[in-house]
Amino acid sequence: MSTPDTTEPMIVFDGVEKRFGSNVVLKDLHFTVAPGEHVTLIGPSGSGKTTILRLLMTLEQCNEGTISVGGRYLSHEMRGGKLGPPREKYLRDVRKHIGMVFQQFNLFPNMTVRGNLIEGPTRVLGLSRDEANGRAEELLDLVGLKEKIDAHPTQLSGGQQQRVAIARALAMRPDVLLLDEVTSALDPELVAGVLKLLQDIGDTTDITILCVTHEMGFARDFSHRVMMFDGGRVLEDAPPAKLFTDPDHQRTRDFLHAVLNH
Amino acid sequence: MPLWDWNYAFEILPDLLWALVTTIEITLLGSVVALLLGLVFAVLRRLHIPVLDQVLWAFIEVVRSTPLLVQVFFLFFVLPQFGVTLSAFVVGVVGLGVHYATYTSEVYRAGIDAIPKGQWEACTALSLPRLRIWTGVILPQAVPRVLPALGNYVISMFKEVPLLLAIGVVEVVNEARELGSLTFRYTEPYTIAGLLFLLLSYPASMLVRRLERRRVHA
Repeated sequence: MSTPDTTEPMIVFDGVEKRFGSNVVLKDLHFTVAPGEHVTLIGPSGSGKTTILRLLMTLEQCNEGTISVGGRYLSHEMRGGKLGPPREKYLRDVRKHIGMVFQQFNLFPNMTVRGNLIEGPTRVLGLSRDEANGRAEELLDLVGLKEKIDAHPTQLSGGQQQRVAIARALAMRPDVLLLDEVTSALDPELVAGVLKLLQDIGDTTDITILCVTHEMGFARDFSHRVMMFDGGRVLEDAPPAKLFTDPDHQRTRDFLHAVLNH
Repeated sequence: MPLWDWNYAFEILPDLLWALVTTIEITLLGSVVALLLGLVFAVLRRLHIPVLDQVLWAFIEVVRSTPLLVQVFFLFFVLPQFGVTLSAFVVGVVGLGVHYATYTSEVYRAGIDAIPKGQWEACTALSLPRLRIWTGVILPQAVPRVLPALGNYVISMFKEVPLLLAIGVVEVVNEARELGSLTFRYTEPYTIAGLLFLLLSYPASMLVRRLERRRVHA
């Protein structure tokens, strides 16, 4: 499949189908994402964008096809030359390289900001407390919340909580970062700051980022590629300059028109 | 003969207080069994392990649907026929503990179910090991919010200890009964026994209520 002059893709969806009961959310989905690429998924609600992120985070399992990240199957485990259902231990190992930021932040309220940031590095990556603390301080500095290290999540605003959640995901040094409508639950005046932070992270790291968002301005500036979903399929897959200004499909045009004029 | 004899009352007070110590010991040890075993039941049921899940469900239903007295008699009189002989004290602790574990497991279950799905998902996103998810994230959030309900069960258990007089445990009410049968004066022993329960239960339930209020305001 691969030719010598192209790098291996970071993410591969190969014939993926996902059903919830009789409702087919994704059908026969094929796409790849290159290492370091920023891809934004757009489309009407129910078009399956968030399901793609949840499949990658192994929060859902696909019904057909295969998904791989960094050359390893996420949906299956290769054992004795045969593909089988993945075991918990294998899954944990693969998804160590994948991070996710959620719409509702999902910080652990029983821990301080520091506790949230060192939890994964100490418990999963095996860092010492000192190393993890150093990494936590560095990341809090990056997200502009250094003075909040010993605060509890409930004492922070939504925007601050989301910054901590971004720092928590980055603390795992992921190869792939999934952003699931990360500004949708924020007060409008806090959105710009978080998007600016994400832009900085995108500019200064080589993390592969998949992003579901309704912020079309951000999608245009941030993405290398935008994928327009409709009815569980990729309707259009193009660089933002093309997709936002001269889409091939009327459906895309209508969607963009509706979103930009809401 | 007066209805209430103060001299007699003070004379029997030390014996009743000694018996109260037994009551408290059984309550505390029984609570340890109930609180730990209930937690184990709740977590195991949540894991949905085939067979074990059905066995556990059946066990919990049987224990909850039969009188504590029958269970205590069973442990004390039937188990010895299978070669397991336990002292009345141990039967009291185990009987009360296991019986109340079936109630506390329901309380824990409610607390665990109340944790938002997003917390579990964040654990998955961090790849946390399963044991750490429970001990680091889920239980530290679930247990504090059910502490008042657990406290109420401990108080209930305290008031059920006198049931153990049926197998000869010398707790407060049994002691009062024996003192009464020696002198044929029952007013003082039973009144004092009742007051001792009141004196401990009432402040304890006030404490639980304060705990509840703090949770609401927190």
